[in-house]
Amino acid sequence: MMPIWEVFVRSKGGLSHRHVGSVHAADARMALEGARDVYTRRMEGVSLWVVPSAAITASDPGEAAALFEPAADKVYRHPTFYKVPDDVKHI
Amino acid sequence: MYTVELSKENFGDGEAVLDAGRAAAFEARVAADEFIEPKDWMPEAYRKTLIRQISQHAHSEIVGMLPEGNWLTRAPSLRRKAILLAKIQDECGHGLYLYAAAETLGVSREEMTEALHAGRAKYSTIFNYPTLSWADMGAIGWLVDGAAILNQVPLQRTSYGPYARAMVRICKEESFHQRQGFENMMQLAHGTKAQRKMAQDALNRWWWPSLMMFGPPDDNSPNSAQSMRWRIKRDSNDELRQKFIDVTVPQAEILGLTIPDPELKWNAERGSYDYGKIDWEEFYAVVRGEGPVAKDRLKARVAAWEGQAWVREAALAHAAKQTMKAAA
Ligand SMILES: [Fe+2]
Ligand SMILES: [Fe+2]
Repeated sequence: MMPIWEVFVRSKGGLSHRHVGSVHAADARMALEGARDVYTRRMEGVSLWVVPSAAITASDPGEAAALFEPAADKVYRHPTFYKVPDDVKHI
Repeated sequence: MYTVELSKENFGDGEAVLDAGRAAAFEARVAADEFIEPKDWMPEAYRKTLIRQISQHAHSEIVGMLPEGNWLTRAPSLRRKAILLAKIQDECGHGLYLYAAAETLGVSREEMTEALHAGRAKYSTIFNYPTLSWADMGAIGWLVDGAAILNQVPLQRTSYGPYARAMVRICKEESFHQRQGFENMMQLAHGTKAQRKMAQDALNRWWWPSLMMFGPPDDNSPNSAQSMRWRIKRDSNDELRQKFIDVTVPQAEILGLTIPDPELKWNAERGSYDYGKIDWEEFYAVVRGEGPVAKDRLKARVAAWEGQAWVREAALAHAAKQTMKAAA
């Protein structure tokens, strides 16, 4: 059975690689070549990453609340939390 | 989508009773147009319906390469050949995006391939018609890809994230398919008498099967309500079919070709075209695998899969050897 690889494409210089889908391939080289044919037929990218799907650890949606909700009541982490007089400039 | 939702089973709601809380939360998220992602909890019936719908769609893209591949070596110019090759390659890509989306639901590529080859999985009935002349390459792009676009555009907002994202990519590429087909038809329609005849003949053969691509009439499409609620189907079959007719008739007029339906008539009151009766007996016969070239299509797929098994095996053997060498 062909292993699955996750494919990431950098659409242009200066931007991060972004997940676009997956391919089946025997090895990394073949995965890159497959990813090029499947995901970049119209100049969608200037660089590719392929990662064995099995190597990715994902967070559990069931833990989403525990992981992400503590940030919700920490509004003081945002600049808009702080009131400064209108005539204060460059801040 | 190319695929028409067929061979639906009825799923019991057993697990929904056991898990009423999660099911209610799921339904609420979908109703609020949120996206469901692979690791999220989902009802088993949703998962199964999606696997069937996405894999049928993927099979349609893959089998859909065959009727066009038929004319690849006989394209009338290098320009036409390059265009047709690029379109066929896109369809292969569409199949792969969709297989990848289905795999996130826990079905393997092998299982899907095996279901297609064993005749258990369906694909769009349209690909069980033969491509008899070069004009069919124009008619398919114009009508079949045109119908596919109308089916697919609403699915960019479907509730299952990986499916929706695959549809966004696919829709971006389909517009080229339709335009190259129309341009091909236009060239033939403005060509010699024989070319015009060829174009008209292609329209005559592809018109009705294209209308059937939207699936059975609404009153005969039993699971539509659930699929609509789950946002894995977003418009009714008859609505989309009517939309297709309304946009395509003026295009045929520009080509100077006649749509093979004597009952086709503008209805000013409805602001739409009235059209003749569709031969649903023919449709169900094709669904049952009685299409003119259904057997050839599956034979070609199986031959390709089996004939290339040695390539897959060699690639895996090479990879294993490289890994061993690196470890040594
Ligand atoms: Fe396609
Ligand atoms: Fe297409």
